[in-house]
Amino acid sequence: MVNIEGTWRLKGKPLVSIISAGMSKFGKHEGLLGREIFGQAAYEAFSRCPKLEPKKDVKAMFIGHMGESYEHQGHMGATLADWIGLSGIAATRIEAACGSSGAALRTGIYAVLSGLSDIVIVGGVEKMTHRTTAEVTEYLAMAADYPFEQFHGITFPGLFAMMATAHMHTYGTTETQIAKIAVKNHHHGSLNPKAHMQKEVPLETVLGSKYVAWPLKLYDCSLITDGASCVILSKPEIAKKYTDQPVHIIGSGQATDAIGLYERKSVTSLQSTKLAAKTAFDMAQIIPDKVNLAELHDCFTIAELISYEDLGFCNVGEGGKLLDSGATSLGGRIPVNTSGGLKAKGHPVGATGTAQAYEMYLQLTDQAERRQVKDAQIGLTQNIGGSGATAAVHIYRRDQ
Amino acid sequence: MSTPEPFTVEQFYKFLSQGKLMAGKCVKCGKIHLPPRPLCDNCYSKLFEWMPVNGKGKLVTYTVINVAPAQFQALAPYAVGIVEFENGLRIPGMLQDVTQQDLRIGMELTLDFGTCSTSQQWPQWQRYCFKK
Repeated sequence: MVNIEGTWRLKGKPLVSIISAGMSKFGKHEGLLGREIFGQAAYEAFSRCPKLEPKKDVKAMFIGHMGESYEHQGHMGATLADWIGLSGIAATRIEAACGSSGAALRTGIYAVLSGLSDIVIVGGVEKMTHRTTAEVTEYLAMAADYPFEQFHGITFPGLFAMMATAHMHTYGTTETQIAKIAVKNHHHGSLNPKAHMQKEVPLETVLGSKYVAWPLKLYDCSLITDGASCVILSKPEIAKKYTDQPVHIIGSGQATDAIGLYERKSVTSLQSTKLAAKTAFDMAQIIPDKVNLAELHDCFTIAELISYEDLGFCNVGEGGKLLDSGATSLGGRIPVNTSGGLKAKGHPVGATGTAQAYEMYLQLTDQAERRQVKDAQIGLTQNIGGSGATAAVHIYRRDQ
Repeated sequence: MSTPEPFTVEQFYKFLSQGKLMAGKCVKCGKIHLPPRPLCDNCYSKLFEWMPVNGKGKLVTYTVINVAPAQFQALAPYAVGIVEFENGLRIPGMLQDVTQQDLRIGMELTLDFGTCSTSQQWPQWQRYCFKK
């Protein structure tokens, strides 16, 4: 087992501050390229922060983008810098499958904390809906182990389905409990004007939908979506120069696990989430009970349920019980995926990590409108890459 | 002393096509790697020896895939799972000749060598599967 603990001088203090954020509408953007969708996210982030002079202030950009296959376009760092009017700055694509922009966020924190760049943009984009479901299934599967998983016809839903099968067997979790995650997140999504799907989905619809990979059904899967998101990070000391309402990131963890599910010690939990969370909680000097709301990586419903356990929001095996209690619904003790999550807001894979940060920015600056969590002080995001070979966990605090 | 076959995934599949399930055992610390690895993830040695593994194992978890990538669409729905052999060694693969009603975590399965042919350029490995 690796030791990821380090000496850390900033315990409990802001690592960086979010001074602005932007997100395109998530959904089908027919006729738009990924770079044009990213333009919408960047426009919002620049508009929200009139004191920022992008050409003068922004020093670097880190972009989460999963695959060239979707648009036949690699080199997304330079492409996006160019198309949002920042050609000249250092811009790099960060790839960690569906966890790409969570990793980009972490990379942006490295850049600011190193002292090399006081202000950076981190974001992500993916344009997916112009491809067939079979093509998208194939491209997404590329984030799984090739020689033993992809090569044997094991898909992404298949990997999470195997975790669900084992969780149901070991802890008695039911298909109904898993389905309720979809119902909850679609309810939240119905309150988010930027969500891909903005309607309630009843339990019977989820349970009656076709199996994609038993026990996971169509409504257990996140959506194939086009979208882009970004946040602008600054050194905490200068944040107030740009905005009266920054949001501070006080914990950041990123970790890996074996690329193949078959090589992991457990198939009912994600070690990468646990390691990343341990680092992030240690930096933030808080315990899971202090978290008021979270955006978790519900690429499949079971992933959210397992994450409750891995993040310490409940005991191991009790994710279903926590869900049933209503604690993770809006109005509950710790609302999860107020944005609708990947399930209802949509999952343009490269954009997901910073879309989670965007939701935290809105929530912790009281701009989340109908889905606002009252008096939230501390938020957490968890972005998973692939079947969990990567996880990035970030902890956010309202400005005091 | 003759040089052993390289400890690669390619060689692992080559052995399978010859009806042998082989793991790479670290000569220094004894850790067994299935599939073999370029360096021991425990002690970082790169000295290995091949070790035969019994192809009888137990099902750790499974699913039945309905929505398949283009290449596998003709086979769908098909069952896949992770099987654990002796010494806790695990590999995943397709489960053949079983109905969904038969599938149970813990059921005994046996590796079946080379039941699938391949027509693709790369990799020209032969697929194995698991049977009851």
